Amino acid sequence: MNITLRDITFSYDKDPVLNGINAAIEHGDLVALVGPNGSGKSTLIKCINGILAVSEGEVLLDGTNIRTIPTAERARKIAYVPQTEHKAVPMKVFDAVLLGRKPYIFLKPSNSDLEITSGILKQFDLEDVAMRDVHTLSGGQQQRVFIARALNQQPDILLLDEPTANLDLKYQMEILGLLRSLTQQNITIVIAMHDINMASHFANRVVMLKQGSVFASGGREIVTAENVEQLFQVKVRIIYENGTRFIVPVE
Amino acid sequence: MTGTGLIDQYRRYTRNRLFFILLVIAGIVVVGLYAVISGAAGIAIKDVMSVFTGGADNITNQIVLHIRMPRVLAALLAGLALSSSGAVMQSILRNPLASPFTLGISGAAAFGAAFAIVVLGAGNMFDGSALFEDFSPSIGSSFFDRFGDRYLVMGSAFIWSMTSTFFILAIARYRGVTPEVMILAGIAIGSLFSAGVSAMQYMATEAELAAIVFWMFGDLGRATWHEVAILSLLLIPILIFFSMMSWNYKSLQSGDEFAQSLGVNPFRIRLSGMLVASLATAVVVSFYGIIAFVGLVVPHIVRRFIGGDESFLIPASALFGALFLLLSDTVARTLFSPVILPVGILTSFIGAPLFLFLLLKGLGKSYWT
Repeated sequence: MNITLRDITFSYDKDPVLNGINAAIEHGDLVALVGPNGSGKSTLIKCINGILAVSEGEVLLDGTNIRTIPTAERARKIAYVPQTEHKAVPMKVFDAVLLGRKPYIFLKPSNSDLEITSGILKQFDLEDVAMRDVHTLSGGQQQRVFIARALNQQPDILLLDEPTANLDLKYQMEILGLLRSLTQQNITIVIAMHDINMASHFANRVVMLKQGSVFASGGREIVTAENVEQLFQVKVRIIYENGTRFIVPVE
Repeated sequence: MTGTGLIDQYRRYTRNRLFFILLVIAGIVVVGLYAVISGAAGIAIKDVMSVFTGGADNITNQIVLHIRMPRVLAALLAGLALSSSGAVMQSILRNPLASPFTLGISGAAAFGAAFAIVVLGAGNMFDGSALFEDFSPSIGSSFFDRFGDRYLVMGSAFIWSMTSTFFILAIARYRGVTPEVMILAGIAIGSLFSAGVSAMQYMATEAELAAIVFWMFGDLGRATWHEVAILSLLLIPILIFFSMMSWNYKSLQSGDEFAQSLGVNPFRIRLSGMLVASLATAVVVSFYGIIAFVGLVVPHIVRRFIGGDESFLIPASALFGALFLLLSDTVARTLFSPVILPVGILTSFIGAPLFLFLLLKGLGKSYWT
């Protein structure tokens, strides 16, 4: 599913957080939204989802304005993994992932809901912990549960807000690798993230946001020392190792 | 593990939760039967049966049909209402301290009752005879006067409860329907009304003061078929509503934004849930006074047994609350028989230590974070 962002402006109060954002995201893309804190990454994710209503401009899904799509139908097209998760009461992993079927359930999950959930748990290697409480799992496993829950919505688009923020390096690699493999299943993925190296390794498109506007957008090649320096106001150097580029900050 | 194995495992887990619900229903039947036969006037089970087959004497008829049965049903219905409301409030406010009284209903209802007693002159409704079981306070020469007074107090308590609820919901609508706004507004309004009650008590005569104090003890001795009928008619749609909303409440547990991404409107769900839970609570409080702790403690106990899934938690809490209140009221009636304690005192006596126990044993750090 293609996403078109057309002149998106959004403000929580007077000052706009997003200011005339334009971008075209194509079916099956894995897009990394990068930028400093406060650049509007999370807000843009929520606007794409329709959680926040844009002040001006429009978000189009295959040419249809998202606001005209009924919320239940929207929930079957777009799934969202928030940055922080409330864990008010203990919930079994199976129940947590089953919650992703909510857009399809009225009172009681059907057999097919249980089968799809069970399939997702297997795909995410969560079968052995399926009957454990989510909060007893490690951070990386919990994040897998939340992504599994989002995929249980059977969405065309998956939006993630800093999915690797609190994870160690191993889990960061694992989660991002997992997400990249999902694009093979025809899912369009947009990730807000801080780590510019990870972004340029895993994403096929990078959108750089600065003060609510698109600073640069394109393939991995836009992650240049000059762009990164201007974006984060930090001096960096590019290092090549086995043909892979690494951005390293310079004191 | 195969996919089917996983589903079987989940179904077993679901069956266990249903078994808990069945166990509670069985408990209600047993305690209900015991409650009807026990009290100051002991009645054998066969005499209770003869009431329904038409062979009982007048006094047995009177005691079973007009005193014990309405009281047992009132305990069940009030327990259902308070505990299901408590479970819903805790879920939609994502707060373990939420209870049916979170929106300041108990304070507002107490003020409404005090207002009716002191300002509207409904002060003669309690003469203390309600303390003794099997002597109905509403039988006597001034029956109709008292009947009127009784409903004046109930009406005033109800109107003030709902006024408080609407006021808080209006603030929330203006300031954002978030758990924080609602809880803080509830605390503020609650203390405002408790000042109002104090002011009324200060102005009251001795008889009126006694009436206010009697009203504030939650007491099921006031139960008649009238209220039982009203409560049943009201609770059926309310419990259906809560069940239909359970997946929405479940979604709110993981945060408002996540719930929105599932197509849930947190604003509408929270507002309607609070309104319906408050309505159920306001009716119970207006009828029977303030019955504390049931709505707060019961959902916590139930969560310990079957977890936090609202599809099971809400009906299980409703039924467990019914059992808990019936048990408390039966103990309150029989402990110092023929003198009976108002059940509101007993629920606090049992509820507070129970809550502390759960806090120490069960509700660890990871429970509510």
